Amino acid sequence: MTTAVNQAMVEKYKGNFLKEVTDNVEEGNWVKMCMQCGVCSGSCPLGPHWDHPPQELFMMIRANKREEVLSSTSMWMCTSCYNCVARCPRGLPITHIMHGLAHYGKRMGMKPKNQPTEKFGQMFWDNLIKKGRVNELKLGLGLYFKDGFAEGVKVSMGKQKLGMNMMKAKRMSPMEILGGHGVSDLSGFHAMLKKAEELEAARVGANTDAK
Amino acid sequence: MAKHEYSYYPGCSSQKGASSSNLEKSVETLCEELDIKLNPIPDWNCCGASIGYAGGGELPRMTLSARNLALSEKHHPDQDVVATCAACWLNTREVQERLNHNPTLKAETNIALQSVKLEYKGNKKVRHMVEVLIEDIGYDVLGSKVKKPLEGLKIAGYVGCQTNRPFGIAGESFENPMYLDKMVETLGAEALTKYDKKVACCSGALMFSEPEKGQALVKDIIESAYDSGANMIVTPCPLCQANVEIYQDDINARYKTNFDMPVMYYSQLMDVAFGRSALDAALNGNIIQSKKLREIADK
Amino acid sequence: MKIGGYLCTGCGIGDRLDTKSLESVAVREGRIGFCKTHDFLCSQAGVDMIKADMAAEGDDKVTKAVIMACSRRAKTESFNFGAVPTARVNLREGVIWIRPEGSEHDETTQEMAADYIRMGCAEVKAMQQADASGEQGKNNHIMVVGGGITGMTAALEASKAGYYASIIEKSDRLGGVMGQLKQRQPEHSPFQNPQDTGVAALIAAVEADDKITVYLNSTIAKTAGAPGRFEVDIASTVGAGTHAEFGAIVQATGFTPYDANNLPEFSYGKSPNVVTQLELEALARAAGDGPIKRADGKVVENVVFVQCAGQRSTKEGHLSYCSGHCCATSIKQAMYFKDSNPDIETTVLFDDIRTPGVGGENFYRSAQDKFVTFRKGKVSTVDVKGNELQVNFKDLILDEDAQMGADLVVLATGMLPNSGTDIDTMKDKDANGEVKVSVESILNLNYRQGPDMPQLVNGFTDSHFICFPYETRRTGIYSAGPVRRPMDAAQAQTDAMGAVMKAIQAIENSAIGRAAHPRSGDLSFPSFRKEGCTQCKRCTVECPFGAIDEDEKGYPKYNEARCRRCGTCMGACPVQVISFKNYSIETVGAQLKAVDVPDEFQEKPRILVLACENDAYPALDMAAMKRNESSAFIRVIPVRCLGSTNTIWIKDALGSGYDGVVMMGCKKGADYQCHFVKGSEMAHVRMAKIGDTLSTMNLEADRVAVHEVAITDIDRAPKLLDEMVEVINRVGLSPFKF
Repeated sequence: MTTAVNQAMVEKYKGNFLKEVTDNVEEGNWVKMCMQCGVCSGSCPLGPHWDHPPQELFMMIRANKREEVLSSTSMWMCTSCYNCVARCPRGLPITHIMHGLAHYGKRMGMKPKNQPTEKFGQMFWDNLIKKGRVNELKLGLGLYFKDGFAEGVKVSMGKQKLGMNMMKAKRMSPMEILGGHGVSDLSGFHAMLKKAEELEAARVGANTDAK
Repeated sequence: MAKHEYSYYPGCSSQKGASSSNLEKSVETLCEELDIKLNPIPDWNCCGASIGYAGGGELPRMTLSARNLALSEKHHPDQDVVATCAACWLNTREVQERLNHNPTLKAETNIALQSVKLEYKGNKKVRHMVEVLIEDIGYDVLGSKVKKPLEGLKIAGYVGCQTNRPFGIAGESFENPMYLDKMVETLGAEALTKYDKKVACCSGALMFSEPEKGQALVKDIIESAYDSGANMIVTPCPLCQANVEIYQDDINARYKTNFDMPVMYYSQLMDVAFGRSALDAALNGNIIQSKKLREIADK
Repeated sequence: MKIGGYLCTGCGIGDRLDTKSLESVAVREGRIGFCKTHDFLCSQAGVDMIKADMAAEGDDKVTKAVIMACSRRAKTESFNFGAVPTARVNLREGVIWIRPEGSEHDETTQEMAADYIRMGCAEVKAMQQADASGEQGKNNHIMVVGGGITGMTAALEASKAGYYASIIEKSDRLGGVMGQLKQRQPEHSPFQNPQDTGVAALIAAVEADDKITVYLNSTIAKTAGAPGRFEVDIASTVGAGTHAEFGAIVQATGFTPYDANNLPEFSYGKSPNVVTQLELEALARAAGDGPIKRADGKVVENVVFVQCAGQRSTKEGHLSYCSGHCCATSIKQAMYFKDSNPDIETTVLFDDIRTPGVGGENFYRSAQDKFVTFRKGKVSTVDVKGNELQVNFKDLILDEDAQMGADLVVLATGMLPNSGTDIDTMKDKDANGEVKVSVESILNLNYRQGPDMPQLVNGFTDSHFICFPYETRRTGIYSAGPVRRPMDAAQAQTDAMGAVMKAIQAIENSAIGRAAHPRSGDLSFPSFRKEGCTQCKRCTVECPFGAIDEDEKGYPKYNEARCRRCGTCMGACPVQVISFKNYSIETVGAQLKAVDVPDEFQEKPRILVLACENDAYPALDMAAMKRNESSAFIRVIPVRCLGSTNTIWIKDALGSGYDGVVMMGCKKGADYQCHFVKGSEMAHVRMAKIGDTLSTMNLEADRVAVHEVAITDIDRAPKLLDEMVEVINRVGLSPFKF
């Protein structure tokens, strides 16, 4: 389901998706500088799993394929290895652009359905927001149960040995389920993030209002 | 007073009972040996890691690291920020650079930080523990501390991604960084410099969401180590360590391999070479043990 | 009057060879005046010894010398004795460095050295001191054909160097194509914005320069003569003609734009809104500081640039090559739009963006920064839809058919060189169906080979583009700018400087009868024995440089200043009447005859190797430096160019008992590396017919091999010699050993 801000963006940019990306996506102002050499695509560890490698995404942006880009699973294949960034002859921060496109697509309500990294990433974010630090045990259990209870029991039984190994090595603590680590100034922490979210939403929203 | 003192950002996975608590423990021991004092940043928070973008926008994610930096600026004004985790270091350093280059983002970040009565200035040096060892301590001193050379260990130095790109250790190349090999040699072990998965990706956080794809990458990383004649992989990165070590059972089942490759931290090797016990080096924190390394530690 | 022999025993020569015996070979068999040894001949003491002998008086005076030491390519400074004929016997690279040590090899190695000494002595006896003919004078005036930026730059550069220039311009104004442009690609950092063409300033500088004369509305009716003495009739469409004399010529005749009427698929001609880049310049100039408008007056809001229109294409009627400037030109033109109004949609549909150099790359980036959209796509058609256009293309990244609307389409069409007539047209040229500009002659040379400069491919003048791009095949006449190869304005101006530099060299060389590149400084020149000449005209046809004309009676007429001293004429002559004083049928023939050919019972074959001194010989030298072992039975004679190889040498060698002959010349063909352009090719053609000679002698065809060898073939060149040894092992020794 697309969002209201999505409608506003479509209206404002009227088919100039490159401009929209430039104005609104994290590091999106770099997209226009791509020279289509394809080194990024060739350097990606999960390259074969991308429907559209970065080079193609950049060309699709120029070709105004807005919906295809924003709803693509491709950006969610990024492992943040920075190989493309290190090698890009034009110096594009491709990893950040991929993160930015994925996040922007989601903000526009166009995230791909049942994309595991999107789901896990959201769980990760929720988990860290809660206490200010990541609770690995809860995150792990959440991951196993992300596709429903029955699937979760199956997955976690399969991972039993791994979990036992980790506990034996004292690298996973069952005590974490009771609370675990966190920042002490939690209310301040939450207020800070809320403010940051507001500021960012306002900035993106302002772009739509300024028609 | 310790000879070297730093403002320390431990990160989530280094906490007690977390996945890289063995890195934390072995670094602690290492710091005792080298007279380094790490002062944890009071009330630090998560850096957002690499996949935070799924939930957090650019600014909220920047604010996370900015809070840590502001806390460090406030509590340890004269100390460099040091991190042991690749992602923690990368995120913190990257946020600092990006905020310092983007006045709008910096201004907005500081508005958000008012909620916690902090101000981010952006004047800190953000360093990786490995940089401290190379630049502040030096290979010579590291070598002089060796009491039990790690003879007989053939080590594939697996640098991975985020300790290497986009910043990397000063003076090293992205495609073939040599510092890990140099460290290994300094400790008296054999560095397998031809190991060709040195800077390959372990799949990072996608190991959790895309296990098949992740394990395929890790399989190559381990296989190449065997091909180079390694009896151990060493890495500076906690996520690399975890991804390469703990799924070997799964990979063996999936690919009919017989992997049993120990994956250690550089800090663990140093602790043992410097004559510290297996316990101090947190060797029991590894799922796959290196008999040879343990023998040297117990000698 | 004596021939002096000087045998060096340094560099291991004395250790490996019996030098006492070699001295006696030189004196008794080589029949030279004396042979002195020195253990370090190239040292000051060694050289002083030789020079003292040459300075002696009366009978003791050494007038010719045989240096028995290292390769002729080593120690060239030390062993340079000016005009004194000197033979170099290569005992180091030619013998001891390619032969293994050990007593079992000593005999054949020693024989090898002795043969080379006999050859050197024979050669020097056949050599005469070379002197200039005195035919030339000096003329400091350069004729520049073409008044575009290439020609104007050439004239100004000539003037700056102290020479005079005359610009011959066909039209009624200076400026050429650049004069029709609104702006040009930036020349200076940061390379971000188009800049003034600079044409007005160039014209002003030319007009203010009193060393430069400009002939507008003028063409060349006739060019005669040679470097240092060109005689030119300048015709005028508005007045009387002029006769003038020049020392050298720069041809900067530029290009003709490709005729876009050949591109109906892009609706050129069907819609006035499909224009070429040059036509867009006219629209941009008409717009001044205002918005660019179409022919119907509509302000352009959406423009699409089609790169490689009718270029880099195998379709009939298209150009196969890249014209070099069009990517940057489209970038510049897109900026005309973007700089006036950033909201104008500008899209460049490209296959490969080619913007070489820092300047080009930064200019490309700057356009991206200005939101010029670059899509990698190949345009198939442009459709006219009422007042609008639709561009249909294949997106090469997304691998799908796509289209976009436009109110103006700009075609990046190519350039065709204004080279004049193709003097080789009669020889099945351009079989690939390239379009050509139909033209009249530009230079109207009265050279026997034709009125214009020879062309290489696609109509561009032949300029030895691989090794010596400023060279041409007409000494003293240099092409510059897009007539030489496709290029942009900045390259054309650099080209103009190079051409003027060559023109000045030609003037200075011809003034004292000295050869130009690559035998710079050579004072020898070809002459012929008239009584033997059959007026067959082979020499006039084969000369790669068109140096030879015919006199009234059909005898060859050499023009020394046009000659490059390659000896191709000498190689071509069926009756062997052409020679140079220091290089002749005799200097090589005497060498191959001086070799001691053992009788067949000794089982010691002899293989003659004729190696081009520019590439093959140094390749063999370098193989020797690597101590690459070679057979003791080879005897190598360097030749100026394989083109100078006369078949008589092959016949003589085979007739006197040599078992095989290997010839090594440079790469021939369209990507030739021959220093004399056509020499190697001519030799290959000539030697293709050697089979007849072999069969009449009842010899196996394998005994003669011709190879193309590059200077980098250090490992391959000696292997080719090994192959001939194999052949002899297989077919047996020659029956002609007496």
